[in-house]
Amino acid sequence: MCVITAAAEPAFLKVSNLLSTARSFSAIAIAGIGVLMIIITGGIDLSIGSVYGLAGVVSTYCCSLFGMPIWISMILGVLAGAIFGALNGLMVVYCKLPPFIATLGTMQIARGLCTILTQGYPVSNLPGGYMFLGQGKFLGIPMAIWCMAMIAVLFAVFLNKTVTGRRIFAMGGNAESTRISGINIKALIILVYTLGAALGSFAGIITASKLGVGQPTAGNGFEMDAIAAVVIGGASLSGGEGSVLGTIIGAAIIGVLRNALVLLRVDSYWQTLIMGVVIIAAVTADQLRKSGKA
Amino acid sequence: MTKTRTPILEMRGITKRFPGVTALNQVDLTAYPGEVLALVGENGAGKSTLMKVLSGVHKMDEGEILVNGEKVEIADPLSSQMLGISIIYQELNVLDNMNIAENIFLGREPKKGMFEDKQKMHADARRLLDEVGLKVDTWTKVRTLSTAQKQMIEVAKALSFHSKIIIMDEPTSSLTETETETLFAIIRKMREMNVAVVYISHKLAEIFAISDEVAVLRDGVCAGRMTTADCTENDIVNAMVGRDINDLFNKQDAKIGDVVLKVEGLSTKGFLKDISFELHAGEILGFAGLVGAGRSEVMRAVFGIDKRESGDVFINGKKAFIRSPKDALRYCMGFVPEDRKSQGLVLGMSVRQNTTLAALRLVAERGFISRQKENEMTNRFVKALEVKTPSNEQRVKNLSGGNQQKVVIAKWLASSPSILILDEPTRGIDVGAKREIHALMSDLARRGVAIIMISSELPEILGMSDRIVVMHEGRIKGVIPREKADQVSIMKMVVS
Repeated sequence: MCVITAAAEPAFLKVSNLLSTARSFSAIAIAGIGVLMIIITGGIDLSIGSVYGLAGVVSTYCCSLFGMPIWISMILGVLAGAIFGALNGLMVVYCKLPPFIATLGTMQIARGLCTILTQGYPVSNLPGGYMFLGQGKFLGIPMAIWCMAMIAVLFAVFLNKTVTGRRIFAMGGNAESTRISGINIKALIILVYTLGAALGSFAGIITASKLGVGQPTAGNGFEMDAIAAVVIGGASLSGGEGSVLGTIIGAAIIGVLRNALVLLRVDSYWQTLIMGVVIIAAVTADQLRKSGKA
Repeated sequence: MTKTRTPILEMRGITKRFPGVTALNQVDLTAYPGEVLALVGENGAGKSTLMKVLSGVHKMDEGEILVNGEKVEIADPLSSQMLGISIIYQELNVLDNMNIAENIFLGREPKKGMFEDKQKMHADARRLLDEVGLKVDTWTKVRTLSTAQKQMIEVAKALSFHSKIIIMDEPTSSLTETETETLFAIIRKMREMNVAVVYISHKLAEIFAISDEVAVLRDGVCAGRMTTADCTENDIVNAMVGRDINDLFNKQDAKIGDVVLKVEGLSTKGFLKDISFELHAGEILGFAGLVGAGRSEVMRAVFGIDKRESGDVFINGKKAFIRSPKDALRYCMGFVPEDRKSQGLVLGMSVRQNTTLAALRLVAERGFISRQKENEMTNRFVKALEVKTPSNEQRVKNLSGGNQQKVVIAKWLASSPSILILDEPTRGIDVGAKREIHALMSDLARRGVAIIMISSELPEILGMSDRIVVMHEGRIKGVIPREKADQVSIMKMVVS
C-alpha cells in the first residue's frame, strides 16, 4: 500500500496536524470496518452515511431534549442505526433484495427520518460532557483515535480468529458451499449488516460529538468515503477478501490526501477530482498486484 | 489403408512451472491427423496443464510447439484458435443467457453491413447442429439445456472454426451411455475429416473404444506411448501409476446393522414423487439411474439443502426435523455434493480452511479458532486421504480435481458423521485416486458409517453397493440387492 507523503508542505508533519488528520479519518476508518464486513460477504451498504447522520441526531436529541445521560443517548444512537442495519439484513435475506437496492432504500428512509425529527434544524444545546468523545484527549491522543484503534483491534481479532469471522469470509468466497457445510448464512448476513450499521452509527456520534451539534445532513455522501476506504484497502467488491488493516490504511490515504490538498492550498473543486483519480489508481495497483499471484 | 504419418502437432520438451510445483517436465506429445490420441494420467499428472499450454491459457517455460511442421508461438487462446486448435473443457465454456447460435458464433457474428445477420447466423448454426446430431432449435437459450447438449454445442463451435486439432477434456464425465455413443459417433466423423483428436479421459473402457493411440503422463513426465490395439488395461494403468493394480473396487464385507435413516413419502414441488427408502449402518446404498433421474434432488431434500413438499425423515427411529444443512449436521450427517467447485469448496481458501469449515467448533476454544488444532485436523486428513498438496496453506483452486474432491470428503469426515451421502464422488478423478476413495468408503462402512452413493458409472455402483436403489424421472423404481445386480437388471428396472 502506498502512503502518499506530502513532504512538500512541512506543516503536514507537525504533530498537531497529524493528530487532527488522524482524528478526521478515524470516523471513516470506523465506518469502513463496518462496511468491510458487509463487502467481504459480497454485499454493499449505501445507507451508512444516513445512519451516521441519524445516530448523531438521535443521540444529541436524547441528550439535549430529553435530558438523558450522555452514555445512554449514545447507546440509543447506535441502536437506532443498528435497527436500520438489521432491517437491511432482513430485506436481503427474506425479501431476497439485492443489497444495493435494499440499502438504497434505507439510505433514503434514514435520511428522511433525520430531517423529520429535526425539522431541518441542527440539534444543539448539548451538555459539555457530550463533546468528550469527539474533542477530548486521553494521554495526549484524541479520543477518536483511541476508539479507532480499539475497534480496529477488536474487529481484526473477530474477523481473523473467531469461528464467526471465518464463516463470514467463507460465505463471501462461496455462499452455497458454506451453506451446504452447515453454516447459517441468513444469520450471518443479518449480523454483518447490523454490525456495519452500528459501527457507522458510532462514527456518526463521534463526529457529532466533535462538532458539538447534531446535523440532520451529517454524513451525506459519507458512504462513498467508507466504501472507498475499504476498496483502496484491498477488499474485493465480489466478496471473500479484505482486511481491517487495509481498511485503516485506505481511510488514512483518504484522510492524508484531503489534508495534503488543503495544506497545499489546492482549490477545493480540484480536491474531489483528485480523490477520484487516487481511488482508481490505488485499486488498479492492488488489482495488478493480486493478478501477479496464482 | 495407409495413413499419413506426418504429425500435425508436435510438442517437444514442454516444461511448465508453478509456484511450488513443476507441472510439466520435458514432455513430448505428437498427434497425427485423422487419429484419436488418448491422453491419460492420474490427477496432477499434468494432462490439463499440457492442454492449457497448447490452447494458450498457460505460457510454457521451456519447449517448442510445431503445427504442420512449423514452429509456432501460442501467446493466448485466440492465437491457438487461429492455428486451428480447439479445446473443449470439462467445465464447459458456454454462456447460459444466450441462445445456441449466439454461443457458437460469439465474437464472429456474421454481419450485413453494420448489423448482425441473424438469419445467416442461425442458418449456419442449424447446419452445425445437424452435423453433431443435436435436434434443438437454434434460438433455445443454453441455460435450459443439459450438460450433454451443452457439450455438443462446444463440439459444433469447434467444427465451425475448421479446427484441425480438437482437444476434449473429460468429455463424458456428465454424459449417459447413449449420449456417450453419440459423442463417439461425432469423434469418428472428425477422424474421417482428418482432424486430430486428443481425448483426455480416465475411463479406460472408453479409451479402448475410441482411441488409436494412448499417451500416458505421470507426475509431469511422459510415462509411455502405445498403440491402443496392442496394449491392455493393465499396461496403461501400470504406466499411469507405476505399479500393478489388480481389482478396481475392493469393497470388503461390512457388518450391516440397524436402520439409521428412513425416508418416507418424500416429494418435492413438481419433480420427486413419493420417495421412500431405508439405510442401515455399515451399508453402502447405491443410487443408480440416468442423469436427471432425481437422485441428487432426493439427497438435497433429505439433507435440508432444498425444500421438500411432503415426507418424513427418521433418524435412528425418531422423526427428524431437517430444514437446513445445519440441522442435518446436528444429526451427524454429511453430504459431499456433485459439483465440488461450486458446492463443495470455497476455492479462494486454503486446504486447511476448507477442511475445517464444517467442523469449526471442534478446532475452536471458546469461539477462537486454534491454529494448532486446525493444523492437526488438516494434517490428519491430508495424510489419511493422501491429498497431494505442497502445504496446508495451498489454495484449493490450485489443486487437481481429484485432490480437490479429497478435500471436500475430508471436510465432511472431520465432523465424524454416522450417515454420509456422496454424490458422484469419483467423477473426473483418475484410477489411482478413485481406488483410494473406494477404499475409504469401504473402510468407513466397516466402522459402521451408513453410506449413500450416487453414481452414474454402473461398474462403480455394481462394485461398491450392498443394495442398489434405481430411480427414474423422480420416482424410485425398485431396489436390487448386490447378488442380483448387473447392468441389465438395473436398466430393465429403469425402463420398467
